[in-house]
Amino acid sequence: MSATVQSRLHLPVPETKNDAGLRRSGYRRRERVYQWLFLAPAVAYLVLFFGFPVVKNVAMSFQDYTTGTFYTGEAPWVGFSNYVTVLSSSLFSTSLINTALFTAGSIAGQFVLGLGLAVFFKRKFPLNGILRSLLLLPWLLPLIVSSAVWRWILDKDSGALNNFLESFGIISTGIPWLTSTSLALAAVVGVNIWIGIPFNVTVLYGGLQDIPDELYEAASLDGATGWRAFRHVTWPMLRPVVSVVLVLGVVYTLKVLDIILGLTNGGPANSTQTIATQSYALSFQNFKFGEGAAMGNILVLISLVFAVLYLRVNRRAVDE
Amino acid sequence: MKSAFTKPKAVAVTITALAALPLILSGCGASPAPGGGGSVSELSVVDYYNNEPDKTIIGDTLAACGSQAGVTIKRETVPGKSLIAKVLQQASSKTLPDVLMLDNPDLQQIAGTGALAPLTDFKISTDNYPEGILSAGTYKDKVYGLAPTVNTIALFYNKDLLDQAGVTAPKTWDELKAAAAKLTSGGQYGLAFDANATYEGTWQFLPFMWSNGGDEKNIATAETAEALQLWTDLVKSGSVSSSALNWTQADVNDQFIAGKAAMMVNGPWQIPTLDKQAALHYGVVNIPVKDSSKTAVGPLGGEVWTVPQTGNKARQAKAAEVVACMNSDENQLAMAKARNTIPSKSTLAAQFAGENPKLASFTELVKTARARTGQLGEDWPAQATKIFTAIQTALTDKANPADALKQAQQG
Repeated sequence: MSATVQSRLHLPVPETKNDAGLRRSGYRRRERVYQWLFLAPAVAYLVLFFGFPVVKNVAMSFQDYTTGTFYTGEAPWVGFSNYVTVLSSSLFSTSLINTALFTAGSIAGQFVLGLGLAVFFKRKFPLNGILRSLLLLPWLLPLIVSSAVWRWILDKDSGALNNFLESFGIISTGIPWLTSTSLALAAVVGVNIWIGIPFNVTVLYGGLQDIPDELYEAASLDGATGWRAFRHVTWPMLRPVVSVVLVLGVVYTLKVLDIILGLTNGGPANSTQTIATQSYALSFQNFKFGEGAAMGNILVLISLVFAVLYLRVNRRAVDE
Repeated sequence: MKSAFTKPKAVAVTITALAALPLILSGCGASPAPGGGGSVSELSVVDYYNNEPDKTIIGDTLAACGSQAGVTIKRETVPGKSLIAKVLQQASSKTLPDVLMLDNPDLQQIAGTGALAPLTDFKISTDNYPEGILSAGTYKDKVYGLAPTVNTIALFYNKDLLDQAGVTAPKTWDELKAAAAKLTSGGQYGLAFDANATYEGTWQFLPFMWSNGGDEKNIATAETAEALQLWTDLVKSGSVSSSALNWTQADVNDQFIAGKAAMMVNGPWQIPTLDKQAALHYGVVNIPVKDSSKTAVGPLGGEVWTVPQTGNKARQAKAAEVVACMNSDENQLAMAKARNTIPSKSTLAAQFAGENPKLASFTELVKTARARTGQLGEDWPAQATKIFTAIQTALTDKANPADALKQAQQG
């Protein structure tokens, strides 16, 4: 009776306290130390390269952080005034709407085209492998290079796209792709779709490879081929991969900066200004580092919502 | 038992070493430049002339000035866009170079941090510099930077295209509109300028705004609205391509070279590229003003040389010698000639214009050119953003010029 109570309360039982037990507890402690040592590089890395910038950025957004701060180190605390300035600026709503449209448009386009191409490449045909690897090209080019090339392609007067359309008689005067307030955002979305397709194709193609062929054979015996096979076999089996692709895509797209800077620099008349470009302009062009940090944190918060969503989706996929 | 433990121990040591590596590395990186007085044998220099031919021209002049001061120059060139980021980073880690070049509109921003030493502390003469150039290098009544050579923008015109159309180079806004309309046909536009959503767009608009009596402190004025109305009319009538909203000054130059624009607003740094085109015959005149009663006022461009507060008096004194040497009469003339810019000192203007007729009109313009930061100092970036925002709003027809300027001014 007394022995069971003791063991239930995890009290040291005198009988077991022998040499072997001592050695085991010493071994366990050492094991603990090793576990921490193995964790240390990862923890150090996270603290240095993720923790510090995040904390610094949050602190900065509550400070009057100017160019002078870099030399003197003085940055007075100003409470929420940076957030108030940023949120009450007339440009904020424009940037927010543009960010939403840019993200939604890019994701929709990338996903639909990416899925279409992934399904297409699942068939066996000559040069499949070569074509599929060529598809990765947009991913391999530096963004600054691709945006410079696209800026030329989309030029109103001497751009390749307008010349092409004109030579087929589709249009008679050049379309101002990047200089019209109604078209610029669509053009930028188009370029971002082109850049995002390789990622979508690669991940979705991988997901398609995991669907067993037997399922299609069984479905075809039941009369489900073509579209019905896609609807009832491919789509349900691909669901977990799809959610991951979409959520990751949103997080990657929200923060896109270089493509927009390279193509339009936020113009014309702020029609391609997003929260990311606004944050960049505030910090590095107007030297208002506090306001830039506040804008950046708003973007981080929006991304965080989707990141949490991603983790939940991922967990469910694992549970399934 | 023993052998089983030695392996994890070795691993643990390695891991601890690896984990500490970034700390060790950052420790090394942050160590300040060797201080202390005594003899100075080497000076560090940072500038953004990272393209030829400027890179060599500036490098050679620096080296010559260094040997004159009895030091060797350790020079680092960074891309223009990353210079300010680099300077701020160096300011916070107290590793500023001994001699620092800055684009003139950035000088007051950096001087305002306290990172620069006033040049008067080193008895560097600021005589014979025109008002505009000095105001760009001045922060709170003290001169922190001097530019050996400066530049501004003017109107370039294609002589052959103007002759064919029977047009003479315009002097007033009405003449500019008429000439541009006459020179526009098919794939050719009358005029090209840069109205993009960056400070470059603002810079190109300034001569139109300033010569009409507009002022950067408050852009919601009738004078500035008239200037913006001119730009809007030129774009709306089709004399200027709406692509101007996204062109850089280099793009504008390309349009001019390709014969797609008969006239352009641009600076003397394009002259080497233009001169390579054997078939292109061009002339340069002042940017047209509203009517003959007005005088042209250009924006002042160019880079200033400064002496950062490195905390080492001996090194700063040597650095000041180099800055003074970079600004000597001979070096101003030589660098201006080699780089197609204009020597800063007004006493050199007549001699320079005589020797370099192509740059004569720019030499004249520079005398009256205004510094962008002359009035607003550190507040210039915010106001410059408002100006290009207003330009873009008006040119895309989102608001008429007066309203666009009013909206932008209110922020």
